Amino acid sequence: MSTDFKGMDVVSIRDFSREQIEHVLRLAEKMVPIAKGEERSVMLEGRILGTVFYEPSTRTRLSFESAMSRLGGKCLGFGEPKISSVAKGETLADTIRMIDSYCDAIVLRHTQEGAARLAGHFARKPVINAGDGAGQHPTQTMLDLFTIRKEKKKIEGNHVVIVGDLKYGRTVHSLSEALAMFGAELTFVAPPNLQIPKEHLKAIEAMGHKPKISSTLGEALKDADVLYVTRIQKERFPDLAEYQKVAGTYRIDMPMLKDVKSDLIIMHPLPRVGEIAPEVDETPHAKYFEQAFNGVPVRMALLGLVLGGLK
Amino acid sequence: MKEFKVTPIRNGTVIDHITMGMALKVLKIIGVAEDVSSTVSVLMHVPSKKAGWKDIVKIEDRELDPKELDRIALISPNATINIIRDYNVAEKFVVEVPNVVKGVMKCSNPGCITNQNEPVEPEFVVESKKPITLRCVYCDRLTTEIAENIQ
Ligand SMILES: Nc1ncnc2c1ncn2[C@@H]1O[C@H](COP(=O)(O)OP(=O)(O)OP(=O)(O)O)[C@@H](O)[C@H]1O
Ligand SMILES: [Mg+2]
Ligand SMILES: [Zn+2]
Repeated sequence: MSTDFKGMDVVSIRDFSREQIEHVLRLAEKMVPIAKGEERSVMLEGRILGTVFYEPSTRTRLSFESAMSRLGGKCLGFGEPKISSVAKGETLADTIRMIDSYCDAIVLRHTQEGAARLAGHFARKPVINAGDGAGQHPTQTMLDLFTIRKEKKKIEGNHVVIVGDLKYGRTVHSLSEALAMFGAELTFVAPPNLQIPKEHLKAIEAMGHKPKISSTLGEALKDADVLYVTRIQKERFPDLAEYQKVAGTYRIDMPMLKDVKSDLIIMHPLPRVGEIAPEVDETPHAKYFEQAFNGVPVRMALLGLVLGGLK
Repeated sequence: MKEFKVTPIRNGTVIDHITMGMALKVLKIIGVAEDVSSTVSVLMHVPSKKAGWKDIVKIEDRELDPKELDRIALISPNATINIIRDYNVAEKFVVEVPNVVKGVMKCSNPGCITNQNEPVEPEFVVESKKPITLRCVYCDRLTTEIAENIQ
C-alpha cells in the first residue's frame, strides 16, 4: 500500500495499513501549531469542502470546518437535512452527485451503515466518512490513536482499558481493532448485555492478541495506561433504575482513581453525560479535552492528504 | 441403473444434489414463475447415495446463466448441474461459490444503506465458503443467512 492519499476515500479504518495510519499521525503532529492558530497556512486556499450531515454533530462538523479553514479553504454544506432537498426524498446518491460538483472533497455523516462507501461510488471527489449509523468513524479512530501516541509516545505495549457501551458504541469497534493492530493490550469492561461483539473479538484475536473481558473496572484499572470511557445510553436498558445502577458502577470519580498509575490518561469521545465526574477534569489524568482538540490537526492532515496539499 | 421418477427429458438441465428443502428457492432463483416456456419438474426429499436426502430440479430446454449458478451455489454449495442433450448427460459440474456476490441477495442488516431506495446493487465479499459467510461491501456486516436474503 502506498502513502499516496490524493483523491482517496476515507471510509473505514480497515482500509488503512499501519504504515498509512502512522503517516497520517506524523503529519497531524506537524499541523498542531496551525490548528492552534500559532502559525498560518494557505495550503488549501481556493479549495472547498462539502460537509454533508444527515445527523446532528457538533464536534465532528466543527472540527472539520476548523481544519479546513485553518488550511485556508472554505466549507459549504448542510447539517440539517430537514431544510435541504433530502427532505423531499432525494436519494443519497443524487445528493452526493450534486455536492460533488460544488466542492473538492466531501465529509459525510449519515444515519445508515455503509452510506459513506455508497457516496464514494457516486462521487468523483474524495469522500471522508464522519460516521455512518452504527458503522465506521475512521477519523475518530485516528484522533484517538493520535492522542495516545502523543501522550504516551507510542501505542504499542500500552494497556488500554475500554469501558462503557462496547456493543453499540460506534467508536469502540474500529478503535479496538486499530489498537490491536498497533500492538496495544486491551481490556474490555462492560455489563454483559453491552460487551464487545464476538465478531470484533475474533478480529482482534486474529491479530494475535487475547483481550481481557470483565464486567468490573477495579482490577483492570490498576495497571491501565489508558482508560477509554464511552457513554452508556439509557435506551439500551429496559428501565431507568437498571440503567442508573449500571451507569453508576462505571462512573469515573476520585475514589476510583486512588490506586491507578500516576501517568494513566483518561479519554472520552464526548459528549459525556455523567460518565466522568467533573472533579476528574482537574487531574493530570484527564485528556478528553485535548483529545477533542486533536480532531483538528488529524483532520487537517487527512484533508491535506486527500486534496493533494500534503504528501 | 437410472431411476426416473419423471419422464426423461431430451434437452435441458438437471440440478441434482440440491440441499434438502432448497428446491423451492432454486425455482425462485431460476424464475420459474416469470418465464413459462418449458416444463419444470421438482423432486423433493429424494434419498441420496452421497448424503441423506436431497432435492432435484429438472428444467426442459433451458441452460442456466452464470448469475443463476452463483445464486444456486450460495444456497446449495454441493448442487450438481447436469446438462442433458439428446437424453444423455452431456456435461456435469458442481456449482462453485463465487468470491464476490453482486445483485444476488439483499443485506441482512436493516440499517444498511443498500436497503434504502438507493440506485445500487447490494454487493458482498465471500469471507468463508464453509459455512458460507458473506461480508457486505457497504456496511461490513457478516451474514450466514443466505437463503432468507436471496432475491
Ligand atoms: N434424460 C434425462 N432426463 C431427466 N433426468 C435425467 C436424464 N439423464 C439423467 N438425469 C438425471 O440427472 C442426474 C445425473 O445423472 P447421472 O446419470 O449422471 O447420475 P449419477 O451417476 O447418479 O450422477 P451423480 O454422481 O452426479 O449423482 C440424475 O438425477 C438423473 O436422474
Ligand atoms: Mg446420483
Ligand atoms: Zn450491508
